[in-house]
Amino acid sequence: MKKIAIGLYAAVVVALMIWGFYQAIYVAPDDAMQGELFRIIYYHVPSAAVAFLFFAVSLAGSIGYLSYRRSHPERAQGADAWALAGAEVGVIFCTVVLLTGPLWGRRAWGIWWTWDARLTTTLVLWLIYVSYLLLRRFAAGPQVQTLAAVLGIFGALDVPIVYMSNRWWRTQHPAPVFGGGEGSGMAPAMKAVLGWNMLAWFAWGILILVLRYQVERRHQINASNEALDALEG
Amino acid sequence: MPRALWTHLVKDLRIEWRSLDAIISMLFFSGLVVVLFSVAFDPRGEFSQRIAGGVLCVATMFASVSALNQAWAREIRHNVMDAQRMVPSPGAELYLAKVIVNFFFVSIVQVILAPFFFIFYNLHIAGQGWLLALVLPLGTWALVGNGIFFAALSITSRNREFLLSLILFPIFIPALLAMVQATTAILTGERDPTLWIKLLAGYDIIFTTVSLLLFDVVLHAE
Repeated sequence: MKKIAIGLYAAVVVALMIWGFYQAIYVAPDDAMQGELFRIIYYHVPSAAVAFLFFAVSLAGSIGYLSYRRSHPERAQGADAWALAGAEVGVIFCTVVLLTGPLWGRRAWGIWWTWDARLTTTLVLWLIYVSYLLLRRFAAGPQVQTLAAVLGIFGALDVPIVYMSNRWWRTQHPAPVFGGGEGSGMAPAMKAVLGWNMLAWFAWGILILVLRYQVERRHQINASNEALDALEG
Repeated sequence: MPRALWTHLVKDLRIEWRSLDAIISMLFFSGLVVVLFSVAFDPRGEFSQRIAGGVLCVATMFASVSALNQAWAREIRHNVMDAQRMVPSPGAELYLAKVIVNFFFVSIVQVILAPFFFIFYNLHIAGQGWLLALVLPLGTWALVGNGIFFAALSITSRNREFLLSLILFPIFIPALLAMVQATTAILTGERDPTLWIKLLAGYDIIFTTVSLLLFDVVLHAE
């Protein structure tokens, strides 16, 4: 039953992504200033949104693990699996953002990279979560989950500070398009296309996230079974 | 002052006083970084004023990593770490003692290094020089406070020496930025460093508080 549900969901996701791609490439109008180039926004922005959401999932998982590790060990294991899945899939989406950003920047600004607030914050975020994954890989033994949860909290704490510090340093990235000041906002036709692509990428991200979560849960169960066998044998 | 904190403090100071391992290696290493940077960038005139702050901060950062690793590594021998876990006093005191001691060591290194630095880079302070006495300690506290915490966090892992740099540097980035910007602003006298000093102070308060709160979790991780 579970497998059928996941299969059905995956089919819907694929359909959504095809629809999103069609909308982004063939339906959305050209941008007044940037022309065709602008279409990369339909990949860049959703990926960034998904990455940030999944890092938030990872933070929630870390906090959950630390608060439940004594009282509800089983629930804590689940929280830890969410923390790991969120960090891993988040890093993938963040990588997509860091790859599509320079491609866009090269044409729009004439430079591949600039050390502005949002670019630097995204890069530092990526570095922090890569270091989180490295810690999980290098640290051995049962304490790794606790240590990783602590690092997850530290990393998340750092993000607003990085953002503020870089804003004071310099900023080149365009001002917020949505909810910004005068002259912000998008044409309705573009907004609809961006909405479809947001939905498609979120659906795709969640599919991967849930699969990764299940794999990690299975790992945990296998590990605890092995430990139990070793104790009994 | 709590007794456990005082005991740890005196113990670590005494160990360091007998060998001077940490201070000598940090001093030599940071001196080397300063020389290497001057060879690589050939700093003269205006340019040297601009990069000097960055070089000083990065040199301190690289040099302190070895001391930070040593801070916990010397507790592993004879299972001292396990003994520390069984002590009834809060882990926060142990953490704070380690931070104070290492902060002291890194500050000594900075004070000794500073004159050489001024000579090699032909520096003159155009801004308010006394502010450096605020910026450098704040930045060093950020570095050592986080460093001691992450060194404890990575102590049980494989290749822990390497891992410490990998997890410390990304999180230290905003503090490094603030430290470098403030130092450069003071050296060149072109800008006002107040904003960056505030950021450093905020960073110190936030991370020291969280480290004190979470240190027991890391110490007793199982």
